[in-house]
Amino acid sequence: MFMPNVPVGQPVPGFSEKDLIKRSASSVPEPARRLTEVAKLIDISKCIGCKACQSACIEWNDTHPEMESFQGTYMNPHDLTPNMFTLMRFNEWTNPETDKLEWLIRKDGCMHCSDPGCLKACPAPGAIVQYSNGIVDFVHDNCIGCGYCVKGCPFNIPRISQTDHKAYKCTLCSDRVAVGQGPACAKACPTHAISFGTKDEMKAEAADRVKDLNSRGYKNAGLYDPPGVGGTHVMYVLQHADKPHIYNDLPDDPKISSLVQAWKGAGKFAGLALIGFAAVASAAHAVFAGQNKVTKHDEEEGEALTGKDA
Amino acid sequence: MSEALRDTDRLDPNRNIEHRTMVQPGDAITPGTKGTPATVKRYGPLARLNHWVVAFSLIALALSGLALYSPYLYFLTGIFGGGQTTRWLHPWIGVLLFVSFYVFFAQLWRANLFNRDDLTWAMRFKDVVAGNEERLPEMGKYNAGQKFVFWGMSALILALIGTGVLIWQEYFAVYTAIETQRWAALLHAAAAIAIILIWITHVYASIWIQGTMRAMTRGNVTAGWAYRHHRKWLKQLAGLRRKTAPQANAVEHTKAAKHLGL
Amino acid sequence: MTQPWTDIKNTDLAIVMGGNAAEAHPCGFKWLVEAKAHRGAKLIVVDPRYTRTAAVSDYYAPIRQGTDIAFLLGVIRYCIANDKIQWEYAKNYTNISYLVKDGFSYKDGLFTGYDEMKRDYDRSSWDYQLGADGFVQSDMTLQHPRTVWQLLKDHVEQYTPELVERICGTPKDKYLHICEMIAATSAPDKAMTSMYALGWTQHSKGAQNIRTMAMLQLLLGNIGIAGGGMNALRGHSNIQGLTDLGLMSNLIPGYLSIPTEKEKAIGDYLATRQFKPLRADQTSYWRNYDKFFVSFQKSMWGDHATKDNDWGYDYLPKLDVPAYDILRMMEMMNEGKVNGYFCQGFNPILSIPNRAKTTAALSKLKYLVTMDPLDTETSNFWRNFGIYNDVKSADIKTQVFQLPTTCFAEEEGSLANSGRWLQWHWAGGSAPGDCKHDTWIMAQIFLRVKKLYQAEGGAYPDPIVNLTWNYADAEEPTPEELAKEVNGYALADQFDAKDPTKLVAGKGKLLVNFSQLKNDGSTSSGCWIYSGQWNENGNNMARRDNADPGNMGTFLNWTFAWPVNRRVLYNAASCDMQGKPWDPSRKLIEWNGSKWVGNDVPDIAPDAQPGKVQPFILNQEGTARLFTRALLRDGPFPVHYEPFESPVKNVINPAIRGNPVARIFQADVASFGDASEFPYAATSYRLTEHFHYWTKHNRVNSVLQPEFFVEISHELAAEKSIQNNGWVRVWSKRGEVKAKAYVTKRIQPLICDGKAVHVVGIPLHWGFMGAAVKGWGPNSLTPVVGDANSDTPEFKAFLVNIEPTTPPAVS
Repeated sequence: MFMPNVPVGQPVPGFSEKDLIKRSASSVPEPARRLTEVAKLIDISKCIGCKACQSACIEWNDTHPEMESFQGTYMNPHDLTPNMFTLMRFNEWTNPETDKLEWLIRKDGCMHCSDPGCLKACPAPGAIVQYSNGIVDFVHDNCIGCGYCVKGCPFNIPRISQTDHKAYKCTLCSDRVAVGQGPACAKACPTHAISFGTKDEMKAEAADRVKDLNSRGYKNAGLYDPPGVGGTHVMYVLQHADKPHIYNDLPDDPKISSLVQAWKGAGKFAGLALIGFAAVASAAHAVFAGQNKVTKHDEEEGEALTGKDA
Repeated sequence: MSEALRDTDRLDPNRNIEHRTMVQPGDAITPGTKGTPATVKRYGPLARLNHWVVAFSLIALALSGLALYSPYLYFLTGIFGGGQTTRWLHPWIGVLLFVSFYVFFAQLWRANLFNRDDLTWAMRFKDVVAGNEERLPEMGKYNAGQKFVFWGMSALILALIGTGVLIWQEYFAVYTAIETQRWAALLHAAAAIAIILIWITHVYASIWIQGTMRAMTRGNVTAGWAYRHHRKWLKQLAGLRRKTAPQANAVEHTKAAKHLGL
Repeated sequence: MTQPWTDIKNTDLAIVMGGNAAEAHPCGFKWLVEAKAHRGAKLIVVDPRYTRTAAVSDYYAPIRQGTDIAFLLGVIRYCIANDKIQWEYAKNYTNISYLVKDGFSYKDGLFTGYDEMKRDYDRSSWDYQLGADGFVQSDMTLQHPRTVWQLLKDHVEQYTPELVERICGTPKDKYLHICEMIAATSAPDKAMTSMYALGWTQHSKGAQNIRTMAMLQLLLGNIGIAGGGMNALRGHSNIQGLTDLGLMSNLIPGYLSIPTEKEKAIGDYLATRQFKPLRADQTSYWRNYDKFFVSFQKSMWGDHATKDNDWGYDYLPKLDVPAYDILRMMEMMNEGKVNGYFCQGFNPILSIPNRAKTTAALSKLKYLVTMDPLDTETSNFWRNFGIYNDVKSADIKTQVFQLPTTCFAEEEGSLANSGRWLQWHWAGGSAPGDCKHDTWIMAQIFLRVKKLYQAEGGAYPDPIVNLTWNYADAEEPTPEELAKEVNGYALADQFDAKDPTKLVAGKGKLLVNFSQLKNDGSTSSGCWIYSGQWNENGNNMARRDNADPGNMGTFLNWTFAWPVNRRVLYNAASCDMQGKPWDPSRKLIEWNGSKWVGNDVPDIAPDAQPGKVQPFILNQEGTARLFTRALLRDGPFPVHYEPFESPVKNVINPAIRGNPVARIFQADVASFGDASEFPYAATSYRLTEHFHYWTKHNRVNSVLQPEFFVEISHELAAEKSIQNNGWVRVWSKRGEVKAKAYVTKRIQPLICDGKAVHVVGIPLHWGFMGAAVKGWGPNSLTPVVGDANSDTPEFKAFLVNIEPTTPPAVS
């Protein structure tokens, strides 16, 4: 039986701080329970690009995107913004194999990585958290607006508000999921191109879709759940899973940048170690070498050179 | 070109480069009187003020930067009134450091040009560390270590302001690619560590070498200190003094100093 | 729609042509997505643009706008040539075997009886040969040269794939691929659904566009079956309700018609409408016309409609022209023949063709009353908005009364969706400011007019002063009262027709449904097809049980569908001559030996024997019409005619411009452009982000699509040195607009008869009021041409020119 709307009654509603598995710039104790991982599945082959998801996102999150102008594409606003957490990106792609036009429409937004680069880069304790159900959320009370998450994210998602200087992105409607609802975009999607459920269910649904797409001649159809970031909690069904980049630069193999790894990983400890070493070395030198003092001889020579006033 | 330097050049046209690299406008001997030892004027009041602006900026930057650098040091944001304030304040302090340091730089760079003595000095680094200054060549106004600090700071501050602007989210992030910002963030952190290391060396050296600090507090050093650590510089100043009428010399220097705003 | 939206999930093949279901009907489109996902259904899109529907299609082919008839007649030709006909269906359920009068013929683009001066036909020869018994003559062998089959074969022979390519610009290989996909649904257990909308209706031959597909569907046996049908996706949440309730100058609710001035007496009126069966044993449901009509008159005038005054027949206005549609009204305003205009929930400045003419027409009015929840362009037509509405306000003397109304979300009532479901809804909030319900406003106007008539008399006060007005609060009838009035009451005790002792509705009770309507004045019903919506069981439109026991998407306990809660029209055609479903896995109804049972309400008398009573009971033949007799003004078979403004000549009938009987006003002829001056084929359409001219008043919708633009191909852009996102000027003989250009691969030049035709796409959502960026709409450019049968304007095919320009100055 077709369920046009997302079923209400999520696997484990009511998650909270005690379900954190990662917290930026700090550590959390291993939680007592593990929630079932959830996921949003975006089936690009079912998406009609109607932007109901964008509209629902604006309404639910009560954001106020600016009135912009036509930009030479159906995409609007011109990009993700602190007031637009999700965006339909349109690409007119001519399939070189069939010479047929395909209009690839991808709903862009936070992928809720298992290994979130934003969280890794974030310097503010608790500004970015990850729950054991997989949701990566920004805690605005703790956010300092530095933009490090922007650099950490392999998908170019977070946006920093110029008004309150805090980072914004899709929360996977953590507030809705917490009370047993699916994300607002999934609820609004008229064609069921966005589904929400446990990650396993979504993978099974995707497998079904891939089979259907294979039967329609999309031999490379597949699920986008990139292992480079430990898998994601927002996944795509792609008609051409062998080349994700045709979907408006969806990364083929996203990873947290090695620069960010160096900066926020080993580099962090190496730097502090060096500083510590320098301080200790100086102290040791003072102890062992003693102060470099001006001797009597120096004073006399100095006086001799400078002479006396008549 | 300042009148002071023109004075010097006129007096010893064959050594003008040497003079320029050793003696700076405002440097002067104040002969001792009975009961007070001779001192050598090393920094004017504005240079000292600038030094301390640079010093405090650098410390504030180090503290705020380290707060954002390592989670263990995030508590340091408390000094600045929280994370948000730290975030917006840090780059502005950076601008302050950059500007004041480079005013300082304009004053000092000539005296910090390396020469052959510096090589000898560096090669006898063991003696430097051990404080065996008699085994080192006579130094001008700055020794090779000081010059290293100077040039190191100059380069790193340039790197820090450059990379810092690239990751200054509020105003400049939109103009650069994220990959560029990632490079910038990494280099900014590396440069910051390096500058902190230099800073530690600098501060430690000023403590270790007794009588140094007063150069930046009172602006002068004792003749003995100058004889011990910067003998060539002292000799230069002394030579200058002998070759000019003391009265006129004093007046000229004061005038020159005023002219330069030192 | 012949089907409910939910039935689309049962289809094997959907063809979206003359519409853009995904963009304009995204919520209903989900059922097609479902058919694709779970039935393996395929989707074909044929459109001048690669639309968002095409983005999720299995097969797309381009077509030049206004050439659909050629395309579809070609598909019919293909099916005939390849014997892809559902023969048992076609022979029994259509008029394929009937003999046509000898006088009828077709030659050079015209049928018998054309009068060029009148731009009309004498249609008397367009009919069947009747026997002495009054029944139609037929030849089931189909060999007789006058059978519909033989005439049809001859008629479509011309439309070869080569000709289709020359006319439509559809590449032959793509065209043939589509033919093959469509023809495969002639198998009795395969279904194709046709989903269309204003891309077919808004042409000078809109009705024929739809008919052509209907004919194809009949030959394939796809009407009346699950997953089949002709599905008009209505352009408005309640436009189905508008036509159902007869909100047109020539209609009475329930598709009854306003008498013409020739029909002086009720007898003349009923005689031409109470169709007798043309076949023995056949049900012809319109035989009950008098019951519906008298019940309507009783609901209007109650005790003042009596047998003695012919049920108040004289109270009805009589038409002197076919219809007073909006184009005619504007023409008459322009001629000074109309000087007052009530404009309710309508924005003609943007919605009707040739805005310059509309502005001129409204400027000649004495008064204009607008009733709208929004501050529309029409309400502000007299104000100067710089280049966006450059009028001389001082010269406009029209007095405008702007009456703010509630919107749908602020009121209770029912909306009739495309699938004929009457869905009751409740107010979601109260109205801001001084907004009033439309019913309140209408009541106030009525009560005041009535008072004036009572006080001052007048030419003929009777229809007004005698109007029934039995509402608890005369000042504001409630939706509930109106819904019950429309359903109808028993004005006297009503007994079962077969068992006169059984009382079915006591006097004063609500009628169960229209089967109880009488022609003796003992019943009332405001709209017979809606009867059953609110009976003694309660408000059936408010039902919300989504159980679907047969899993056929019929949802019989969800709201109420007219007629009598039937979900699929002509569903008796889903069964063979024995009453068994063509496809047992998709059973709507079946004959169990004594009556019809199943998952839907049978569209046939419950005890009507299969094979005897044919399923199309609203036709007097009982069969569906491949040859439509004299019922359409422009021909019993469709013919390809070019739009009035066409980039190419009519290659089959070069002498004919446009549809020869399309409605044009002489005064407009001078405003038609031709290809020498305006070489590009323009079309207008919606975008999914917006709804008409409403949502530009909403910030969220406007943010998602903020500004007016036009779409052109890379080839045209290169030819004209137009940059993507650069400004262009687009002009026709009637006006000009400035827009940003969207240079897209989704529009390709069409090669028609060896010549490249460039398409200019013009979406319609912008104006000079609201939250979005100010702009224009296509109707600054469109011509005033009306469809021959419906008077619908030809919005979808007209000519423009285009050039790069500078941005409009910011005022």
